Amino acid sequence: MVSARSVSVGPSSLGYTDLPWIIQHREDRCTLCGRCTAVCPKEAIYLAYRRQRMPKLDVLKQSRGNEYRTFVGIRQKTNMANACIGCSMCTMVCPNEAIMPVPNTNEHRTLFFHNQKGQPQTRGGRRNVSGPNLLDRIMFDRISMLTDPALDAGRHEFSLTTTLGRVLAPEEFLKRQREGGWIPPTREIFPFIIGSMSFGALSPNMWLGLLQGVAYCNEVLKIPVVMCTGEGGCPPWVLKSPYLKYIILQIASGYFGWDEIIRAIPHMQCDPAAIEIKYGQGAKPGDGGLLMWFKVSKLIARLRGVPEGVDLPSPPVHQTLYSIEESVMKMIQTMSTAFGHKVPVYPKISASTSAKSVLNNLVRNPYAGGLLIDGIDGGTGAAYNVSMDATGHPIASNVRECYLDLVAQGKQNEIPIFAAGGVGKNGNVTQNGLALIMLGASGVHMGKYIMQSVAGCLGNEKSRCNVCNVGICPKGITSQNPKLYRRLDPDLVAERVSEVFMAIATETKKIMAPLGRSQSLPVGMSDALGISDKDAADRLGIRYVC
Amino acid sequence: MCRLALKTAIEPFSPYEVLTAMEAMQEGYDGSGLGLLLRGLHFEDYKYNPKHPILSGIAHTEAAWQRLNAIMEQRGFELKYDHEFQTHPEMVEAKDRYRYFLRVYKMPASFDDKSQEAIENELMLTRLALRANGEAHEKDLTAFSFWPDVAMIKEIGWPLDIGNALTLHDNRITSRVCMAQGRQNTNYGINLYACHPFFIQGVATMTNGENTAFVPIRDWLLGKHFPGYTGYQSDSEVFAHILHYTLKQLKLPLQAYKHIITPLKNAELDAHPQGSFLKGLRDACRRLIIDGPNAVIGTLPDETCLLVMDHKKMRPATVGGRNGAWAIASEMCGVEALIPDRDPSFDFQPMREHTIIVPPDRKELTIWSQLDPYPLAQVA
Repeated sequence: MVSARSVSVGPSSLGYTDLPWIIQHREDRCTLCGRCTAVCPKEAIYLAYRRQRMPKLDVLKQSRGNEYRTFVGIRQKTNMANACIGCSMCTMVCPNEAIMPVPNTNEHRTLFFHNQKGQPQTRGGRRNVSGPNLLDRIMFDRISMLTDPALDAGRHEFSLTTTLGRVLAPEEFLKRQREGGWIPPTREIFPFIIGSMSFGALSPNMWLGLLQGVAYCNEVLKIPVVMCTGEGGCPPWVLKSPYLKYIILQIASGYFGWDEIIRAIPHMQCDPAAIEIKYGQGAKPGDGGLLMWFKVSKLIARLRGVPEGVDLPSPPVHQTLYSIEESVMKMIQTMSTAFGHKVPVYPKISASTSAKSVLNNLVRNPYAGGLLIDGIDGGTGAAYNVSMDATGHPIASNVRECYLDLVAQGKQNEIPIFAAGGVGKNGNVTQNGLALIMLGASGVHMGKYIMQSVAGCLGNEKSRCNVCNVGICPKGITSQNPKLYRRLDPDLVAERVSEVFMAIATETKKIMAPLGRSQSLPVGMSDALGISDKDAADRLGIRYVC
Repeated sequence: MCRLALKTAIEPFSPYEVLTAMEAMQEGYDGSGLGLLLRGLHFEDYKYNPKHPILSGIAHTEAAWQRLNAIMEQRGFELKYDHEFQTHPEMVEAKDRYRYFLRVYKMPASFDDKSQEAIENELMLTRLALRANGEAHEKDLTAFSFWPDVAMIKEIGWPLDIGNALTLHDNRITSRVCMAQGRQNTNYGINLYACHPFFIQGVATMTNGENTAFVPIRDWLLGKHFPGYTGYQSDSEVFAHILHYTLKQLKLPLQAYKHIITPLKNAELDAHPQGSFLKGLRDACRRLIIDGPNAVIGTLPDETCLLVMDHKKMRPATVGGRNGAWAIASEMCGVEALIPDRDPSFDFQPMREHTIIVPPDRKELTIWSQLDPYPLAQVA
């Protein structure tokens, strides 16, 4: 049967209540300044002329009639491409509190239309599961009460650093010391690390702000924070600067940016903090970077050594060698050699049931400086929604079983395990980090939390914003468009970086002090952990409390 | 928080002296246990050859006693002397004490060809075999030590009561070194093996305070799969094992112990003459960093005595004495009670960086600081 063309409603037609966010606009307050429509990253709202009929009744003349009024109002678009993402930039720029997006409490129907033109949904952000996660529910319950009073977090001296890099068994260390053998390089770093976010995923201003903040933490606050570049290289001026020692350089399957890095090696004033070889990422296991053409600006193209405006999908795995084991072993050794065996090299993998195999492979590789495991709650600048929401492994049990595996071999001090993926997802960054440390991690990486806390990233796990992948970040954090990223002041980002790390340092002391710990980071102090979930307690080997 | 007392003197003395001195510190223990370790032994009714190992422990039943004899015989140890305590069982809380034993054995002839290390291993494995045997039989056999010139007594109750119950004041046993601990039971069950001092292959320590880093340290030591690194009924047992690991496994000098359990801060290591070596040592032994507050008092096979504090230095452990006799106690009043005829103005409370070493000649003590150069230049 031929459809009724007169009815302009098709399968993909949506109304306001079908959208995840509904724009609430108060015409009585609006001055029609146009700032909201100008700032909206999705062009979800527009100024519209409307005509309103005003019924007119003249009682004395006993006549009826109409008058018409024309007015200008703000309206919301209802097509998928322009659906509001709830970023609230309109609210933030409105001088008169006339507009705001309101979350749709109904089950919105856009869920069924994210596959327009056969393209599955891609986005930035994290797994869309909100509410307290497992790490948020872990409590530190072994309080020093009887023979020893809890420490004073404000007055005692605390040692808050951790070791990054391969550590020899004491017997082997002494043997090599006597014989003049190679002692693998290590770094003493703050256990909360700014995780890999590439120069490309992040805007130049965001990157500069992070770098400034990290330098300030190290040089002024004496908090030895390090940050990881992510794939995509590092600006040459940073490579040749004395601040390179605060940077972990990442190499991933696209090898983007490594021409510049290799060329800069002879000119480096100091060694980088470490080299991270990315084999996998918690948010999108089995997928490489997905930097799309609209983020490949002239600057990014130059850094990565590619033409401007082309898609840069990294392959899911390193393609150079036949087997992963061989690849891991050879790449680690090659990178270690490239930096004169003076820089720790470690791989990053997605949390997985096979993480233990990777770990045991590393135990027998003398050049491996650690293992970073990234859990399913990790963030990303771009991934398929299905990868983000459904693929991967939570971090807590994965780290725990890897740590216990090392304990059984007596190797837990030799290969540090770093954990990532959801640290600070609900703002409890120190709690989450210390929980992972007490489960056995030597430190934690955090990316999304840093974007949220230092730059005001608006994304959340209820589909808010999360448009990092298309380069329209309303805050200018993940955009390569100067019109957008100039909104972000690098100095203010740097200030926030220092504020965040000062706060984490204090909170770390506030957690360690009542446990009676101050002299070393409580790595593996699982006797201090409790959770009111019997199954989780059994799985993690910690105390069940209720 | 337990109370600790150690006396070391050229002239052997009765352990009862130390128990009496413990009375001065009795606010600090709750009668949940007493541990005694004697070195440099002298028996009134037996001329003891200090090369012969002494087995100390408790047989809780006659069956255990028979099994003990069988095990020792089977391993080729020949009984030379069996010290019989004059006991007053009614003065002891526990009722399942068939026999406190302190027996001197002669090593089997087969040991003549063995290296010192192999002999030490055999002695330890014998003690562990006895302990395992007891644990397999409802804990009816407890073995504390099996080592030349070392005797140990552990019992649940008040120190002086136990001394009286075993008639330790009769001077039948005297020693040149005596370590004693009055236990304040904390978060672990009342257990004979949980009483300090802890002993492994000639190395003994006792500690007060709580070891908050116990679990990671224990996990690491267990990972060494060394048979003697076992037990851990008390969080303080790891202090003895770390000292053993430092001296016997790593073969480092005593000074390294302090660098391992409480490494210097980064800034201090940067300024230290062997800073880079010590940083490496700290990293390699990172899981052995203790997190007190603790005072660790120890003794070694050559009768060297030592005292170290944790980094926080929240304990008042004190050392004092005179040429020929020294006392280390967890409280100043303990030193006063142990050696009243000394000049108290020379008493010393070590700070966080100090290791106090009373050498076997007992002439004067050494106050060694971590900030001093490390004594093994060729290693560093």
